[in-house]
Amino acid sequence: MDLSPIWLTLKLATVTTFFLLLAGLPVAWWLSKGRSFFKTIIEAIITMPLVLPPSVLGFYLLLAFSPRHGVGKWLQDAFNIQFVFSFQGLVLASFIYSMPFMVGPIKSALQQLPASLAQASYTLGKTQWQTFKKVLIPNIKPSLLTAIVLTFAHTLGEFGVVLMIGGNIPGVTRVASIAVYDSVERMDYSSANTYSLILFCITFLMVISVFVFNKYQAKSPLE
Amino acid sequence: MINIHIEKKLKGYHGHQVLKIDHLFGAQSITKIYGPSGAGKTTFLKIIAGLITPEQGSIIVNGITWQDTNTGINLSPQTRMPGFVFQDYALFPNMTVKQHLEYATANKEWINRLLLLGKLDTMTDHKPTHLSGGQQQRLAILRALAIKPKLLLMDEPFSALDPAMKAELIAELKPVFKELKATVLIVSHNPVELEGLFDNALYIGGDL
Repeated sequence: MDLSPIWLTLKLATVTTFFLLLAGLPVAWWLSKGRSFFKTIIEAIITMPLVLPPSVLGFYLLLAFSPRHGVGKWLQDAFNIQFVFSFQGLVLASFIYSMPFMVGPIKSALQQLPASLAQASYTLGKTQWQTFKKVLIPNIKPSLLTAIVLTFAHTLGEFGVVLMIGGNIPGVTRVASIAVYDSVERMDYSSANTYSLILFCITFLMVISVFVFNKYQAKSPLE
Repeated sequence: MINIHIEKKLKGYHGHQVLKIDHLFGAQSITKIYGPSGAGKTTFLKIIAGLITPEQGSIIVNGITWQDTNTGINLSPQTRMPGFVFQDYALFPNMTVKQHLEYATANKEWINRLLLLGKLDTMTDHKPTHLSGGQQQRLAILRALAIKPKLLLMDEPFSALDPAMKAELIAELKPVFKELKATVLIVSHNPVELEGLFDNALYIGGDL
């Protein structure tokens, strides 16, 4: 039994979640502050992967990062980076595909905080960054955890977009969801079942931990 | 001395109205600002703090221009640093009573004095959800005082306090305002509230 697809999937989900957390926090904060036509456009682009067929996104990423032309060729020539049929390609595709799952919950949580919280911090002389770090982030912890887990779990389950840009290279781009499909194609239902069961259990444990943690957070210790 | 000339359009229940204020607040004076709901009292305080920008006007505090729409001067709230007591208290749910004050100042002696003043010295480890409405309001006042502001803006700061606590706190706050040499603006919707605390009154809300 080859468990490398499981390890690769966990590695992909961890790396993607890490980079999305770094990028998603400031983006969500920026989107939560006021409205403008430009912000609406950016928000729509970030939300697109929720409704766009994954194969469509994968197809355009494949075209955009093909080493034969355009950006892909430039990246290949200038930095020797290839996104197509490589692990970094999977990370890039997952980053784009899972972005709404990171940005959405954080943005909503920030918008629900009373504006006076940040205002009070500013009148105490605190910068926007200090306010973000010490006041805003600690008060959206449950939503932050939800965003992290949703992003991680969603990356675990990606299929179409990673197949399009990464293909099915053992040890490099064959993630668990592709291994399930591949096993079924080969009539190896036992392996398909093992991969599926492992994915099911990991996802279930993650989702249930969010529910438990958030319920605990919402409850007052004095109640 | 605080010299204010501002104009700001307000969206109200009866459509648009204009908040227009030309006023001179004496240095170290305590002014009560009163008027009907929706007249713009809170907006006025937030304009002074730099949290809302007026369409037109200027704000000059102790000779320093905080705002001038003609020249484009608009100091940030962080530079203005007024003490501000918010109507909804704006307490930080993640911080304890002590952490609120430590977030505002590193002066431990001053923090201990404020805790005694607000009678919160036995509740330093409590978070806002475990405080009563009156205790939360006192913490909001203490946090605003923690930065030793030269201008203190208070929006309905005593509304959740019982009459005895209100009288006691007002009596104790007055010498603190003097010690800080602070100019204080207190918004109250109640025209007969705060007797004995303020020197002047400003009505906002059209004709009396």
